[in-house]
Amino acid sequence: MKLEANVPEGELAEKWKKYRGSMNLVAPNNKRRLDVIVVGTGLAGAAAAATLGELGYNVKCFTFHDSPRRAHSIAAQGGINAAKNYQNDGDSIYRLFYDTIKGGDYRSREANVYRLAECSTEIIDQAVAQGVPFAREYGGLLANRSFGGVQVSRTFYARGQTGQQLLLGAYSALSRQIAKGQVKMYNRHEMLDLVKVDGKARGIITRNLLTGKLDRHAAHSVVLATGGYGNVFYLSTNAMGSNVSAAWRSVKEGALFANPCYTQIHPTCIPVSGEYQSKLTLMSESLRNDGRVWVPKTVEDAQAIQRGEKRAEDLPEEDRDYYLERRYPAFGNLVPRDVASRAAKVASDEGKGVVKTGLGVYLDFAAAIERYGKSEAFAAGIHNPSSEKIRELGEAVVKSKYGNLFQMYEKITGENPYKTAMKIYPAVHYTMGGLWVDYNLQTNVPGLFALGEANFSDHGANRLGASALMQGLADGYFVIPYTIGTFLANEIRTPKISNDSPEFHDAEQRVKNRLDQLLAIGGNQSVESFHRRLGKIMWDYCGMSRNAEGLKKGRELIRALRKEFYEDVYIPGSADEFNPELEKAARVADFLELGELFAVDALDRGESCGGHFREESTENGEAKRNDAEYTYVSAWEWDDNNPVLHKEELTFENVELKTRSYK
Amino acid sequence: MRWLIDFLTSSIGKKLVMSLTGLFLISFLVVHLLGNLQLLIPDGGVKFNIYAKFMTTNPIVKFLAIGLYTGILLHTVQGILIVLGNKKAKGSKYAVSTYENGSWMSKNMGLLGLLILFFLCVHMGDFWYKMKFTDQMPMVTYDGVVMKDLYTAVYTSFSQVWIVIIYLIGLVALSLHLLHGFQSAFTTLGLRHKKYTPLIKLMGIGFSVAIPALYALIPLWVLIKEAANY
Amino acid sequence: MKLTLKVWRQKNNTAQGHFENYQVEADEHMSFLEMLDVLNQELIEKKEDPVAFEHDCREGICGACSMVINGRPHGSQAGTTTCQLHMRAFKTGDTITIEPFRANAFPVIKDLAVDRSSFDAIIQAGGYISVNTGQAPDGNAIPIEKDLASEAFDAATCIGCGACVAACPNGSAMLFTSAKINHLGKMPQGQVEHGRRVKNMVRVMDKEGFGKCSNVGACEVDCPKEISTDNIAALNRYYLGQVFGGQD
Ligand SMILES: Cc1cc2nc3c(=O)[nH]c(=O)nc-3n(C[C@H](O)[C@H](O)[C@H](O)COP(=O)(O)OP(=O)(O)OC[C@H]3O[C@@H](n4cnc5c(N)ncnc54)[C@H](O)[C@@H]3O)c2cc1C
Ligand code: HEM
Ligand code: SF4
Ligand code: FES
Repeated sequence: MKLEANVPEGELAEKWKKYRGSMNLVAPNNKRRLDVIVVGTGLAGAAAAATLGELGYNVKCFTFHDSPRRAHSIAAQGGINAAKNYQNDGDSIYRLFYDTIKGGDYRSREANVYRLAECSTEIIDQAVAQGVPFAREYGGLLANRSFGGVQVSRTFYARGQTGQQLLLGAYSALSRQIAKGQVKMYNRHEMLDLVKVDGKARGIITRNLLTGKLDRHAAHSVVLATGGYGNVFYLSTNAMGSNVSAAWRSVKEGALFANPCYTQIHPTCIPVSGEYQSKLTLMSESLRNDGRVWVPKTVEDAQAIQRGEKRAEDLPEEDRDYYLERRYPAFGNLVPRDVASRAAKVASDEGKGVVKTGLGVYLDFAAAIERYGKSEAFAAGIHNPSSEKIRELGEAVVKSKYGNLFQMYEKITGENPYKTAMKIYPAVHYTMGGLWVDYNLQTNVPGLFALGEANFSDHGANRLGASALMQGLADGYFVIPYTIGTFLANEIRTPKISNDSPEFHDAEQRVKNRLDQLLAIGGNQSVESFHRRLGKIMWDYCGMSRNAEGLKKGRELIRALRKEFYEDVYIPGSADEFNPELEKAARVADFLELGELFAVDALDRGESCGGHFREESTENGEAKRNDAEYTYVSAWEWDDNNPVLHKEELTFENVELKTRSYK
Repeated sequence: MRWLIDFLTSSIGKKLVMSLTGLFLISFLVVHLLGNLQLLIPDGGVKFNIYAKFMTTNPIVKFLAIGLYTGILLHTVQGILIVLGNKKAKGSKYAVSTYENGSWMSKNMGLLGLLILFFLCVHMGDFWYKMKFTDQMPMVTYDGVVMKDLYTAVYTSFSQVWIVIIYLIGLVALSLHLLHGFQSAFTTLGLRHKKYTPLIKLMGIGFSVAIPALYALIPLWVLIKEAANY
Repeated sequence: MKLTLKVWRQKNNTAQGHFENYQVEADEHMSFLEMLDVLNQELIEKKEDPVAFEHDCREGICGACSMVINGRPHGSQAGTTTCQLHMRAFKTGDTITIEPFRANAFPVIKDLAVDRSSFDAIIQAGGYISVNTGQAPDGNAIPIEKDLASEAFDAATCIGCGACVAACPNGSAMLFTSAKINHLGKMPQGQVEHGRRVKNMVRVMDKEGFGKCSNVGACEVDCPKEISTDNIAALNRYYLGQVFGGQD
């Protein structure tokens, strides 16, 4: 199979404009006759469904949530990038493009990334017009902050709830189309299979989660915006319901899954507190602007802390190791996510972790509080301030910057981070991999499109902070409404797709059999317990640091676990009622296959790049990329025993491939 | 007119009716109190009886009175409908109930209203009905003008302990009703601002305590005085 | 810590519900939902029906979690969703009563899960600004006063959880509805169709079977995002202004 990226000809900066201006269009009267299915109502899905509805297509939109507004995008905190250059600090579309390509460690497609940077500015305009209450300056204009290792200030934000506000914006646009009848919304409907007719994606099978009823939905085209698969690790910052099933079912119908092993591990999350832990909470990256990361110099001190005999405050400066500042003097605590995460793992593996489980490091604000306190005191004209006064003033500054995060931390841990150092540990956060798509965001299955975190398109091997929201919305608002036309323009003579064809009936039967099979196992272990075990294997063998031996072992363990799952899982209830355990079981079953592909992909990629760190490919302990052998996208065809690799070679015409260095 | 019907059947429209009639009743309470306090003037009832005659015969007052009856009726009927509607909207109750969120009064406006209504019936049956539709009233003559001696009727009535108790219950209910109702009426009208709402709340508390207390003074005063006379 | 849970069990919407008692062994660092996970794990191991409850983000932002804990939606801790509530707020030996959100407009689906689609209907009635993709002027074309943007934001933080309705003795959705109306109405972009929005959202709110607001204030106390009832007063004001001053 030859992977055709369908990147238009021409200069990088002109490609999208020219392409948009010359592509085939669907006339309004024809749009009315074309049905489009959109699965997912996160940023990507809601934006796409709303915009396609506005254009006049008949849209059917699906979510397994009880309302479109609950999609996982709601949880994004920090912000969204856009090359507006409102700060006049030298930002431009090219610079955003360049930062994203470099941040992705040169493993993404130039043309896609450039288009993303171009669309970024329109997203902000659109969101403002929808009423998204972005942060503003006193003059009433939009405020920006800087984010994750770039040199310009281009991140737009709405306090610590940017994702929420952007999603509510997209949800409101979607709601408007629902009210108009342009979009028919199906809440609590989970897509359980893709239906192909004559090789083209023509519909889906859904299960009504309240009644268990299976339905056949037909359309001219199917758009998946079903989010990422970070929950293959069980513990992640993703919402509990996030899953890979929609994408995975499509893979089973022939779609290719690209770069499954590219996972982003976020360095600042609240550590696991016990075996019962169900999910992890992210603390915004912005904390690293003021917090200093450290562990005790000696294992003895660390053990005393783990046992609760000592506290952070008890350790004098000379007994602390500010390891990021030591190892990366140029960037210090602000090294990129992947570097910071691995360094935390190294410290904890040396036995210097500072939480009961040994897996955690300090993020300490004492120095920042003191520094701010002193400068505030100076500004207020207080000479010789007492140390209490300095603390008080400094805490006020820290509170004004990070108040809501500190509050969240205290709610979860019961500790006051103003008084004692925060404890953090890396956690799985985002998956760069996803369904393989071409420039039009179309998968290799004609008529099947993938948007947002569900595709692999723009972030390469590592995603920059505040770029996922940008990508989801660019895909949904500004890309798919055009590019879907390249497929649908040839379908205007296709009559309404019938859901009564053998293909649809077969697919429905397939789903039914699968659910019955799961229910019939009647074993002894809960779905949750299998998911936890899978997550542990993934974390131990395919986590922050990977090697060939571990990946092979991991793959074997996953296969064994999958076998055990099909022999011993127990699912209460039946298929024709509200049954959350059955929902989970179907999702975990898919994770058990994806997990294996993940290990296979990680094993194939013998280099270290971005979020993928291979212990065999290092230089002085730092990640070493191998451009000569691995400048390709791995697009996998699933097979129970031997997944087949298809490579899309990446060519770089506009940027020079450089080694990232933060020393 | 469609808009008016739409409005009056909307939840906020219904609440507006409650608020306006409630405020109207509040203003009535003040006027009524000022008149009634004349009962405490030790002139054997001259001033009060002349006032009472004026209030029952003056055409303008009669006209205003119709407004008052309509107000009470509207407030009562709408109030009961709202309470019933809200009961239905709530459906079933929680097994554990807490008093931490929302005052007791605010959750029992219907009950308090019914107590007030019961009291009103007793009150009106005792004086208003007798005064207007029967000739059971004692009569007095001032400067040759014969009139009903409501003053004496009140004194007779209030020397009975059980009547006074009914009044006190009614007035406590009124006080509680207003403790929530007074400020609530302003919120319903949309009149809320951090600059003046604290003042409204303070006035509400003052009003809800003082007005019923002054009303209560009358039967208590009479009861004590009559008791002292024995 | 040892706890006794008194949990509302109801097979489906039409079935009769009842309380069932369970014993669980919890850890003080668990979140409330993780404590329920422990219970469910035990139930599944005994091949009994696990307790159904809604949840997703488990960090207080999606608005999915919804239950009444000892008479209080999301429990008694201020500004906290159920998923953010941790067991250190309880003591060993406690009995905790757990019920679903109760309101006619939120029918019970099963156990602690209720159907809140009536909220979507309210938003569909006008909780948006009518702007198609691509029609927007430059983001900085409309300056918005910082304080105003911040007030709009406060209202916009609503997570649509429905605790306000659950807490309200009248089952009123005024806090939710007014939060959206104030979020949009306070900003110039949202002003254009403000009147229509106010009228239509209130109409649908009434139609969906929510109760009438008696200004009890319970909603504000239990709202995990601490949305103020000032929004309700403002909605009343807008509504009256629209009816007596508006076009139709
Ligand atoms: C804690 C956290 C913080 C983040 N902060 C930021 C940030 O500051 N900036 C940034 O740029 N990015 C951030 N991200 C990443 C970003 O939020 C996500 O990548 C992005 O929101 C994904 O959007 P989406 O539309 O692709 O998918 P989602 O929002 O995950 O939506 C998926 C949708 O698909 C539906 N769905 C899935 N499967 C099915 C099925 N089988 N049937 C029916 N429906 C289905 C779901 O119901 C849902 O509606 C953060 C992520 C996390 C976890
Ligand atoms: C002199 C007598 C009365 C006065 C001064 C009075 C005053 C008020 C006021 C000011 C309110 C607040 C309105 C609002 O919230 O907008 C109110 C509410 C209410 N009143 Fe009265 N009232 C009186 C008698 C009654 C009676 C006789 C009833 C009979 C049932 C009654 C039932 C109610 C109810 C149920 C409410 C609450 C409505 C709601 O908030 O949903 N009241 N009253
Ligand atoms: S107003 Fe508060 S309680 Fe009501 S839905 Fe919104 S967040 Fe929940
Ligand atoms: S689970 Fe999302 S708010 Fe509680």
